[in-house]
Amino acid sequence: MKAGAAPGHQKLVFLLMAAFFVLAPLALYPVFLMKVMCFALFACAFNLLIGYGGLLSFGHAMFFGSASYAAAHAAKVWGFPPEAAILFGTAAAALLGLVTGLLAIRRQGIYFAMITLALAQMMFFFYLQAPFTGGEDGIQAVPRGRLFGFIDLGNIWAMYFTVLAIFLGGFLLIHRTIHSPFGQVLKAIRENEPRAISLGYDTTRYKLMAYLLSATLSGLAGATKSLVFQLASLTDVHWTMSGEVVLMTLVGGLGTVFGPVLGAAIIVSMANYLAQLGAWVTVVQGAIFVICVLTFRRGIIGELGHFLKKPL
Amino acid sequence: MVQLRKLAAAVALATAGAMSAGAAHAQISGGVVKIGVMNDMSSLYADIGGPGSVEAARMAVEDFMKTSKAKLKVEIVSADHQNKPDVGSNIARQWYDVDGVDAIADVPTSSVALAVNQVTRDKGKAFLVTGAASSDLTGKACSPNTVHWLYDTWMLANGTGSAIVKTGGDTWFFLTADYAFGHALERDTAEVVKKNGGKVLGQVRHPLNTQDFSSFLLQAQASKAKIIGLANAGGDTINSIKQAAEFGIVKGGQNLAGLLVFITDVHGLGLNTAQGLILTEAWYWDLNDASRAWAKRFAPKNGGKYPSMDHAGVYSAVLHYLKAVEAINSDDGTKVIAQMKKMPTDDPLFGKGRVRADGRKLHDVYLFEVKKPAESKGPYDYYKVRATIPAEQAFRPEKDGGCSLVK
Amino acid sequence: MPEIFGIPSAALFGQLLIGLINGSFYALLSLGLAVIFGLLNIINFTHGAQYMIGAFCAYLLFNKLGLGYWWSLAIAPVAVGATGVVIERTMLKPLYKLDHLYGLLLTFGLALIIEGLFRNQYGSSGQPYPIPQELTGGHNLGFMFLPTYRGWVIFASLVVCFGTWFVIEKTKLGAYLRAATENPHLVQAFGINVPRMITLTYGFGVGLAALAGVMAAPIYQVSPQMGSSLIIVVFAVVVIGGMGSIMGSILTGFGLGVIEGLTKVFYPEASNTVIFIIMAIVLLFKPAGLFGTQR
Repeated sequence: MKAGAAPGHQKLVFLLMAAFFVLAPLALYPVFLMKVMCFALFACAFNLLIGYGGLLSFGHAMFFGSASYAAAHAAKVWGFPPEAAILFGTAAAALLGLVTGLLAIRRQGIYFAMITLALAQMMFFFYLQAPFTGGEDGIQAVPRGRLFGFIDLGNIWAMYFTVLAIFLGGFLLIHRTIHSPFGQVLKAIRENEPRAISLGYDTTRYKLMAYLLSATLSGLAGATKSLVFQLASLTDVHWTMSGEVVLMTLVGGLGTVFGPVLGAAIIVSMANYLAQLGAWVTVVQGAIFVICVLTFRRGIIGELGHFLKKPL
Repeated sequence: MVQLRKLAAAVALATAGAMSAGAAHAQISGGVVKIGVMNDMSSLYADIGGPGSVEAARMAVEDFMKTSKAKLKVEIVSADHQNKPDVGSNIARQWYDVDGVDAIADVPTSSVALAVNQVTRDKGKAFLVTGAASSDLTGKACSPNTVHWLYDTWMLANGTGSAIVKTGGDTWFFLTADYAFGHALERDTAEVVKKNGGKVLGQVRHPLNTQDFSSFLLQAQASKAKIIGLANAGGDTINSIKQAAEFGIVKGGQNLAGLLVFITDVHGLGLNTAQGLILTEAWYWDLNDASRAWAKRFAPKNGGKYPSMDHAGVYSAVLHYLKAVEAINSDDGTKVIAQMKKMPTDDPLFGKGRVRADGRKLHDVYLFEVKKPAESKGPYDYYKVRATIPAEQAFRPEKDGGCSLVK
Repeated sequence: MPEIFGIPSAALFGQLLIGLINGSFYALLSLGLAVIFGLLNIINFTHGAQYMIGAFCAYLLFNKLGLGYWWSLAIAPVAVGATGVVIERTMLKPLYKLDHLYGLLLTFGLALIIEGLFRNQYGSSGQPYPIPQELTGGHNLGFMFLPTYRGWVIFASLVVCFGTWFVIEKTKLGAYLRAATENPHLVQAFGINVPRMITLTYGFGVGLAALAGVMAAPIYQVSPQMGSSLIIVVFAVVVIGGMGSIMGSILTGFGLGVIEGLTKVFYPEASNTVIFIIMAIVLLFKPAGLFGTQR
C-alpha cells in the first residue's frame, strides 16, 4: 500500500462521520455537539502521540488549557477577531509543546508519563496564581466576535459550522500525517526503536515532531472550546482533564483513526447525562479505565476493526 | 337563520375565549414557570445552601400557591455547580436553552454567580442571586436580568469591618480566598479600614477549599497585625479558625475577624471556639415570631438543621419572583425583574423592603455576637444582637457602584 | 525578635517546620512508591487514594468504633495493605507481561473509582479529626512555637523511613527483595517464592501509604481529594530522587519539603511550583535522577 493513500473504507467512514455532524444539530443540542467535536479533536491529537508515537503523555491538559487561556485573553482583552484568537491560542500551545517536549522526550515509557504529568501540574499552579487567568474565576464573557470580520459567531449556526470546519480540518491533517512517510517512520519507531535507529533515523527528532504536532492540535481544540463556551477556566488545565483525554482514546481505541472521536462522544455524553449523579461520574470513568485495561484493550473501534479485519 | 347567528356567536365567543386563554398561557413559556436552584451540594458551602435551598424554594412555592389567584404551574429543579464557573455556566446554558428554565436562584460562590449572571443576561432570563457575595453583581457587572437579594461584600465590610476598627482593631492582615468573592471582600474591607484611620499591613491568598492553613497563618502571625481578617467563607473559615487555635495565634495577642460567617459555621466550630466572634448577617432564625415559626417548619425538611440566612433569602426571593410573574402574567426574565423592582417586597422573614434600580435588595441587617456556651439555652441559640443597621445605610449607595443601570 | 535575612526567625523556623512536615509525607509516600516500582516496575497511581483511605480508616475507627489514634496507626496500614494484596493478585498480576503503561492506567482508574466513591459518600470538604490527647499543645522554643503533634510526625516518619531502608538494604529479607528485582527467574530457581514476595511487597508499600494517611488526618483534615493533590508532587519527588534508590527517595522527600518551606518564606508565589522547577532542572542535567541508576 503506498504511503499517502487512505483505504477506501476509511474514506466511507469519514463521510459518514462528517454527515452525522452536519445533520445532528437538527435533533441534538448544538452546544453539546460542539463540545463533542472539540474534545474529539483533542483526543485525536492525543492519539497521534500514543497510538502512533507510542508515548503516553499524562499532561496533555496543559496544551488544551494553555491555548484556551491564550485565546480567551486575546479575544477578550486584546480584542482579537476569533480566527486570530484561535491561531494565537494554538501557537501558545505549540510553543509550550516545544519547550516541554525538549525536556520530556529524553525519557521513555513510564518516566515520560510521569514527567509530562509533573510539568502539566506545574503549569496548573502557574495558571492558578497568574493574575491574567482570573484564578478560580477563569476568564469569563469571552466575546465570540465576527469571523473574518463579517460572520457573527454569536449566531449558533455560524459558530457550529465554524467548529465543524475546524474539527474536520484538524482530523484530516492528522489522518494525512498518519499515512505519510513521516507517519510510517513513527510507526517503525514505536514497533522497534533500536532498529529504526540502526536504519539511520534520528528517532528523537521524529518523536519530538509528533509531540509538537500533538500539542499544537490539542491547542487548536482548546482555543476553539474557549470561544464556544466563552469561558476559560482552571478545569481546562487540571490533571483530571489529562486523564479524561486518555480515557476517551482508550475507550475508542488507541492507535485507531476514528476511535478517539467515538471515545470523546461517549465520555462527553456520559458526563452530561450522569451530571446529576455528581461523584458517580468519576467512579464510572475509573471503572471504564479498569475494564478497558483488563479486558478491552483495543477499545470499541479497535475491536470493530479487528472483527472486520480492516484498520479503522 | 337565528340558529346560525347564535352558532356563529357561540363559535366566536369560544374562539375568543380559547385565544385569550392560549394567549395567557403563551406568555408563560411552556405553560410552566420553572425555577432552577443551583448551588454547592457537596463541598465547603453545602451546609449554607445545598439541598436546604431547594426546600426553601419549595416552601416559597407552597406559600405562594396558597394565596395566589392565578393558576400558575411552578416547577423546581436543582443542580450542583461544584463551585466551578464552567460547570455552572454550562448548567445555566443547558437549563435555559433546552430545559425551559425561566429563573435561576441561589448560586453561592461569586465566580460562578458572575458567569451565570452573564449567561442569564445573554438569554434574557432571570437570576435571583442570594448565596453569592461579590458587590460587583450590583456594581460593574450589574444587569437588568439580575437581582442581588441577600447580602454583599460592601455590607459585610461596613458591618463587621467598621465595628471592629472602631473598637481598636486598626492594623489588619488579610487571609483571602483567591477568587472573586475573596478579592471583593478584601477590597471593600480594606477601604473601610483605611477610611476609619486604620492600616492594612499585608495579605496572603489561599486557594478555595484549602485544608491546611498553617503556612498562611504563620505569615499572618509574622505580620504582627492586631486583626487577621478572614476574607473567606464556609469550610475555609472554619478551618482557618480551628488551625489558628493550634498555632496559638489568639493567645499570642492577635484577633481573628470572620468577615463572612454563617450560623452553620458557628455550628461547625462549636460555641467554645466561636464565642465572642463578631459577624454581620441579614437574617437569624430567632429574631421574631415569624422567623421562628418558619425555622421550625424548615428544620425537619433539612435533616434537623436550622436555616441559614441563605435559605431564608431563597424563600424570600422566589416568593417575590412568583408575585411579579403573577402580576404581569409573564415569565420573560427582563420583564419580571423590572416588575420585581417596581413592586415593594414584603414577606414574613425580611418584612418590608424594596429592590433598587441596580438590582440590590434592601433590608435591615444585624451585627451579632456569638454567645458564650453558658448563655446558650437551646439548639442553634448562638447569637445576641449587638446592633441593627437600617436598610438604607447597610448597603453601598446606589451612585457609588458604577452600575450602568443607575441614571 | 531575631531576624535572619530580613525575615523574623519565628516565621522562618515556622515555615521550615511545616516544610519538614510536608517533607515527611513526601518521604513516606515516595518510599512506598519506590519500593513498589523497584520490584514490580509499576507506578502505583492508586498510592494517593490508599493514603486517603488510611486517613478515612482513622476517621471511621474513631467515629464509629471509638478507637483512637494509636489503634488506627496499627490497624489502618494492615487493613489497607490487605486490600492492596487483593488488588495485586486480581488485577495487577495479569498485566505484568504487558507494556508497563497499562499498569499505570489501571492504577489510575482504581484511584478514580476510590476517590469518586469517597467523594460520593462524604462530599468534597474535609472531615475533622482531632489531634490525639497525648500530643496536643505545644512548646515555645523561644525562636518559634512547636505544636507537639507536628514534632511527632517528623519523628515518626524518620523512624519508619530509616527502618524500611534498614530492612531493605541491610537484612536478608531485603537482600532477597533486591535480588528478585534484578533477576526474578534466577531467584525463583533458588526456591524463593517470588510471586508471594511481590504481592507482600505491594501490600507493604500500600500499608506505608495508609500509615502516612493516619498521621496526616489530624493535620490536613480527612478529605477525598487529599491523595490526588499530593500524589503528583510525590511523582516529581520520585523523578528527582531517582527510581532505583530507597535512600534517594527518603533524602529527596525531606529535602524538597524543606526547600518548599523556604520558598514559602522568601518567595511564596513560587512555592507550589518550585518542586516541579527543580524536577525540570534535574532532568536537564541528570535524567536518571539525583540518586538513580539508569535502568
